[in-house]
Amino acid sequence: MTTIISCIPPALPSTLPVMDTKTVKKVASLARLSMTDQELESYRPKLENILKFVEQLSEVNTDGVEPLSNVVDIALTLRTDTLTDGDLQQKILANAPESTEGFFVVPKVVE
Amino acid sequence: MAQIIKGRTGEWEIVIGMEVHAQVTANTKLFSGASAVFGAEPNSQVSMVDAAMPGMLPTLNAYCVEQAVRTGLGLNAEIHATSVFERKNYFYPDLPQGYQISQYLHPIVGKGKIEIDLPQGDVKEIGITRLHLEQDAGKSLHDQHPTKSFVDLNRSGCALMEIVSEPDLRGAEEAAAYLSKLRMILRYLGTCDGNMEEGSMRADVNVSVRKPGGALGTRCEIKNVNSVKAVQMAIDYESRRQVDIIEDGGTIHQETRLWDPTKGETRSMRSKEDAHDYRYFPDPDLLPLVLDNAWIASIKQTLPELPDQKKHRFMQDYGLGAYDSGVLIAERIRADFFESVAKGRDAKMAANWVLNELLGVLNKDGKNLDQSPITAAQLGGLIDLIVDNTISGKIAKDVFADMYATSKDAAKIVDEKGLKQVTDIGAIEKTVDQVIAANPDNVAAYRGGKDKLFGFFVGQVMKETGGKANPEIVNQLLKDKLK
Repeated sequence: MTTIISCIPPALPSTLPVMDTKTVKKVASLARLSMTDQELESYRPKLENILKFVEQLSEVNTDGVEPLSNVVDIALTLRTDTLTDGDLQQKILANAPESTEGFFVVPKVVE
Repeated sequence: MAQIIKGRTGEWEIVIGMEVHAQVTANTKLFSGASAVFGAEPNSQVSMVDAAMPGMLPTLNAYCVEQAVRTGLGLNAEIHATSVFERKNYFYPDLPQGYQISQYLHPIVGKGKIEIDLPQGDVKEIGITRLHLEQDAGKSLHDQHPTKSFVDLNRSGCALMEIVSEPDLRGAEEAAAYLSKLRMILRYLGTCDGNMEEGSMRADVNVSVRKPGGALGTRCEIKNVNSVKAVQMAIDYESRRQVDIIEDGGTIHQETRLWDPTKGETRSMRSKEDAHDYRYFPDPDLLPLVLDNAWIASIKQTLPELPDQKKHRFMQDYGLGAYDSGVLIAERIRADFFESVAKGRDAKMAANWVLNELLGVLNKDGKNLDQSPITAAQLGGLIDLIVDNTISGKIAKDVFADMYATSKDAAKIVDEKGLKQVTDIGAIEKTVDQVIAANPDNVAAYRGGKDKLFGFFVGQVMKETGGKANPEIVNQLLKDKLK
């Protein structure tokens, strides 16, 4: 059995989740989603419901229970350091809206 | 030492921590079988995994894991038997996945320490906080087009070790010494080539200032410092900037700043202001990495002698000073070269010829030791000729210049040019008599008390013999005859 360790930050004190518009806006901006105020307002209760649903899990006492990272007890597969891939420049660029001389071309992103 | 800045309101201490990204020396990438070699045609070393095509799965490179463990051992650090890969989420054109696979709460290597060498031969211990494995991003070029950026994903997915130090560094000199020592250790271990120009080693520098001994100040992270010199300049600039702001009644805001090498200043990277919400979570495509303790122990067995161990051994076994030892161990190839020259010979003489003569002339020609026209065995041969009195030290320098130009053995050059030292007392005596006979005025003056003229007589005898007369015999004969 592999050792399984927690990646979950220490739990915050359990409170009823509240989702305000400001938080919805931040989540949207982190996901690069552009939303109107109306959309933000319509997502607010939906997200809050999802959080409330998931919050039910906190009713279970998990003291001393290690998080499960997989259910079939397999080990991570590793590969040897051998060159087996690459040399696909044309395929890699095939879906790019714009490319030149082997580079992807994107709108300027430097300040 | 520039550890302290003098401001209007008194002294300020500079506190520095470093995050060094070192590209793992490996043939292929951390999670794909595409080449990790620098300098190829753009996007020619990109697999579907690296380009983040839907459905592609990462497979961990076992050699990169081994290299990270080797590095951890070389940094005297604890190796974590279980570590976890997590996703660090952010958007940038050279990050096709939209996240970087990194390690966060459970890195592969934990706390360690290294020693840095300071001027005056002092050493200081610097704590290592952690080392973790992560993917590199691609490379963006911003100077090719007025309104566009060009993206090359060849570097995307290459394995990096992020090595984080404790905020133990004080001032630019210590930061530079830390970076140099870290690079030396990585090169000895063979886990990173340490080439800052090609970007295989990059440093982010966290700088803050405080009243000496006071609570830590707010830090700014400086990016894009790509040489040891740039690290020093950026720290000097940034610490001064922070002191000026505080003394003018302002406060430092934690932010990411960019070092501008042309202007010699740091400036705020506004784009990074909102970027610190990375929403890490364990990568569902990768199980925890579990290492076998016996395997870790077997890697420990194969560690080379590290720079500090070598330095101490050179001082003890060869009787060399701390400075000379430090210069000799700066590169593994240099230390090896010295040791083959010194084997069975006078170590100080060997060190002198390697450091002052060979490295001097190579440095002048802009060459590295591996391009030396003189091999270690050949340099040893030259030293042997001096020791057994075949040639004098002065002639040896001429022979050395010939060896450097032609790559011939010292003995061959001495033979061809007839440079063998004359040790036949009768022959030298004859020349000494001639010189004395030809310079009656100087002889009289010398006997009259002008001691400095002795050098003139030695010079004349050497001139007559083409520099080949044994200097000790010449001196002795002249002393006797000029009494």
